[in-house]
This record gives sequence, C-alpha cells and structure tokens, in this order.
Amino acid sequence: MFSPASAVDSQEHVSITINGKETSVRAGLPLALALMEAGITPLRHSVVSGAPRSPLCLMGVCFECLVHVDDSRNVESCMIEVRQGMSVELANGPRPMESAP
Amino acid sequence: MTHDLIVIGAGPAGMSAAITAAGLGLKTLVLDEQARPGGQIYRNVSRATGGMDKILGPDYVYGRQIVAALEAASVDIRLSSTVWDITPDFCVRALQDGKALQFQAPQLIVASGALERPSPVPGWTLPGVLNAGAAQIAMKSGASIPSGRIVLAGGGPLLLLVACQLLDAGAQLAGVVETSPAENLVHAAPSLLGALRSPKLLAKGLAMTMRLRKAGIPWHKRAAGLRIEGQDKAEALSFTAGGQRHRLEADTVLLHHGVIPNTQISRLLRTDHDWNEAQLAWQPRLDAFYETSVTGLRIAGDGGGIGGARAAEASGRLAAIGAAHALGRLDGHERDRLCAPERKNLAAQMRIRPFLDALYRPPKWVIVPEGETIVCRCEEVTATDIRNSVALGSRGPNQTKFYSRCGMGPCQGRICGPTVTQILADELCVSPSEIGAYQVRSPLKPITLQQMASLREAPKEKETA
Repeated sequence: MFSPASAVDSQEHVSITINGKETSVRAGLPLALALMEAGITPLRHSVVSGAPRSPLCLMGVCFECLVHVDDSRNVESCMIEVRQGMSVELANGPRPMESAP
Repeated sequence: MTHDLIVIGAGPAGMSAAITAAGLGLKTLVLDEQARPGGQIYRNVSRATGGMDKILGPDYVYGRQIVAALEAASVDIRLSSTVWDITPDFCVRALQDGKALQFQAPQLIVASGALERPSPVPGWTLPGVLNAGAAQIAMKSGASIPSGRIVLAGGGPLLLLVACQLLDAGAQLAGVVETSPAENLVHAAPSLLGALRSPKLLAKGLAMTMRLRKAGIPWHKRAAGLRIEGQDKAEALSFTAGGQRHRLEADTVLLHHGVIPNTQISRLLRTDHDWNEAQLAWQPRLDAFYETSVTGLRIAGDGGGIGGARAAEASGRLAAIGAAHALGRLDGHERDRLCAPERKNLAAQMRIRPFLDALYRPPKWVIVPEGETIVCRCEEVTATDIRNSVALGSRGPNQTKFYSRCGMGPCQGRICGPTVTQILADELCVSPSEIGAYQVRSPLKPITLQQMASLREAPKEKETA
C-alpha cells in the first residue's frame, strides 16, 4: 500500500525474508515501510480479537508495526532499518503458550 | 556521574540544547532512538536527496545544518538508543543493540517532542488508516508514498502541508476533509491581530490552500460523523458536511488533529503537569529556563508545550544555558545576556500560536468519542467501556485501566491516554485537570528481562574524575 515516489534516485535493494519468503526491498528503508512497499497488508493481527492491523504512526508510538526480527520478538519495525539477510516473521495474534521459550 | 548533561532526543530542541551545552563547556551526551539525528521533523535529513528536498521544502532542509553542527560539536552522541528508565537521581538507562547501558548526570534535558493527537473515529484501526504525520515520515525516511487514492481528514497546518507534499510527490489525492467546526473561526478572530504579525507563516498557509485549490482536490469543510468503511482494510471515508452524507472511496485515509506533548518521561519522573485548555493537552510546568518541578530536569521543545520546530530550537538553547548556570559554569548576568536574543526569537515564533490553536481546535466528537469506537487500540477498549468504568466507580485513568485493561498494551497508553482523560472528564462533568493522567512507570519501552539483566555487566561508563 506504499510505493516509491518518482523522486527516488537510488535503486539499491537488499534481500530480506518475510515469513520465510525471500523478498527484495529498497535499501535504507525503515522495515515497516519496506514491508508496506512489499504489499504486506495487514502487517499483523491483534492479540485480542485477531483483527487486521497496520502501522498508524511510523514514529515509535503506536506499536501497530510489531514484527519478529531474527531472534527478537515484538520489534517496532518503524524504528529499525532493513538489513541484507534480515529475517522477518509477521505477528499473528497472541503467542501460543507452548512456543514460549 | 558520567556527564554534566544528558539530553534525551535529537530533534531540533535536543540538538540545539546539546550544541549550546557543548559550546559552554559541558560534557554532554545525546541519546536518540533513531539511527540518525533530526527527530521526526528533520527525520533522515542528512541522507535525503535532491528530489525529496524539493518536495519536503526549505523548512525541512533547514534541519541539515543543525545536524551538521551537532556532528561537529564535541558531544557524545548515542543513536539507536532507546531510553527505558530514568531514576530519580538521573541515572539514564538505554537499550542499544540489545544491550542495556547506563549514564548519569546532574542535569537532564528531555527533548522527546510531540505525538500526533489520537483521532479515534469508527474504523480507525483498519489497515490503510494512518496519521497524516506518518505519510510525511514515509516521504522523509524513504521517499515512499501511499499507493492508490488518498483522503486526508482532520485539521491543522500539518494536514495541508502533507496534502501539498503528497501532491508534489505524485500521489493521488481523492479529497481533503476538514473537521474544524464553524465556531473556531469566531474563537480565532481575536487572535488574528497577533497572527498578522507573522505574515510569513500566514502566507505559507495561504499558499498551501491555493496549491490544493488549483489542483482541484475535492475539499470539504466542517465535516462531522467521520467513519472509515471497510472489512479488512480501509475502502472509503464517509462523513456529513453541508447537511448531507458524503462518501469518498480511498485506499489510504490520513488522519490529523494536531500534535500534543509527549509526556512519558516527565510523567515517569512525577513532575507537575498542567492541563492546557487551548491546546487540549497536558504539559509539564516549566520555569523560564525550562526546569520542571524536579530540580535539574528540564523539558525543551514540543514536549513542554507545542510551539513548532523553530521554537523548539530556541527553547533547547535556553534550557542548555539554564543547565550551565545551574552547574555554576555561567553567572546570572552572563546567563541572561545569552538568553535575551533567544527569548526574542521564541516570542516571535509563538505569536501565531493562539490563532492556530483556536482555528484548528479539534471538534468535541474527536476529543470525546462515543459508543463502539475503539479508544485503546492495543487492548481494543471502546468509548462505551470507558464510560461504563465510571458507573463501576472509577474516578480516574488508573482505575479505568484496572477495570478495562485500557492502556495496558504495548503502547503503554501513549495513544489512548489523552482520550481516556477526556472521556472521564466528560462523564464526571469536571475539567481534565481534575482527572489526571495514567501513571507512567519504567520500562518506558518494552525490554526483555535478559536485556535488563545485561546492565549487570555494564557498569556506568567512564566515570568523570
């Protein structure tokens, strides 16, 4: 639901995996924006009702952009930049009890 | 102590505070959550390129020189560092690369800026609904724009600015829906004289209006009853204006009803706050040198009351001068001499504020939502649930939290807090100042126990002799 403006002059891309699927995204983007440019809608499902959600603020306030990145759970994806090889898992509702480490 | 002064936040207030403090010989540390200095207003400004500079305009590009001055100053800058705790003796704990760090200084300047005021309307939790500021951040941080049809709804200078910038960036605007009620004009009229003394700012506003008019963007004024329609994502915005119901199809709906101070840290440190009825928001009580009711703690920039980027910059300098005086590095005479031009500058920046506050005062139905509208997005608590907590005996936000879980999700009440205070005030027929706000406790942002435990291996850095 987001796309590069025509004023973009860098075509550099990096490769990340989203739920195991390799995806090419623009280098330097905040992860939340890269996910939205990759057409990920919704970004997650809420932990209470499972309702579809996507980022509201993109500035670290609303926590609607939480995803799991590499070994870290519930990361604010608007506050970190994409990195080559980054592995992203989308948050689908509450974490099942049995998967707790 | 690791430093003389710790500045939290590297937006205009934090950057100018740090630059000024370093210039006065203070050993200064700046912490910021983002990877680059600039805050939200100058986000990514050091990396943005020509094409976006043109779209975002000179007010944005201006920030580049402040970032450069900060990088040239002898300031200890820690980026990608999220502050999660501050103790009463100003031990500041941050998380960087998954490791906890701590620093301590006798003087603290918090410059954590503003948040967009929540716009709780039916359907605002649907994917495709963002704050207007978020669309601007997408342009700043990645030259990225929403695809498809965009409708902007709400009120305030930022709404029009974002609309113009999106237009210049090639986005498809399907409408601007202003919600400011008709009576705002009446209430703003007495402040018009003051605003006329800031002709440049008024001219900018008129230019934005002309730009949108010329582009032929459908423009509705005095809209009410906003509802975002859609099943799994936003599909349209419907509203009432001019006595009839309208429906604008949209893939993205951008909401904006002004900005309010981010008071998480001043609340954590239990400083006194006042309710600002003109800006409909809490703000920490500050003295002329931006010191709070907690000695040594200063709040500079929009976190202390909304004034905009240039006012924030001036207040950052004043706060740093105040800190240097408190540390005995400046006598009273020298302090006042340095402050004089900053105060003049600040007064000039603030002249237009009463006019803007009155003209863009959000309508009551945004401030005090009703019915099944979700107020707490994290825990999915509705306006009715919050009103019902009063029937159960709640007399304040913290009690309502216990009854309904509102404010207990990951955003820690940042989004719902202002609305919960207002709904309770409305239900109990008292001023928000009698209702209060959520208690804020550490950790300010979620942190794992393992990360917290890493503090044990990270004793306070470099003690100063």
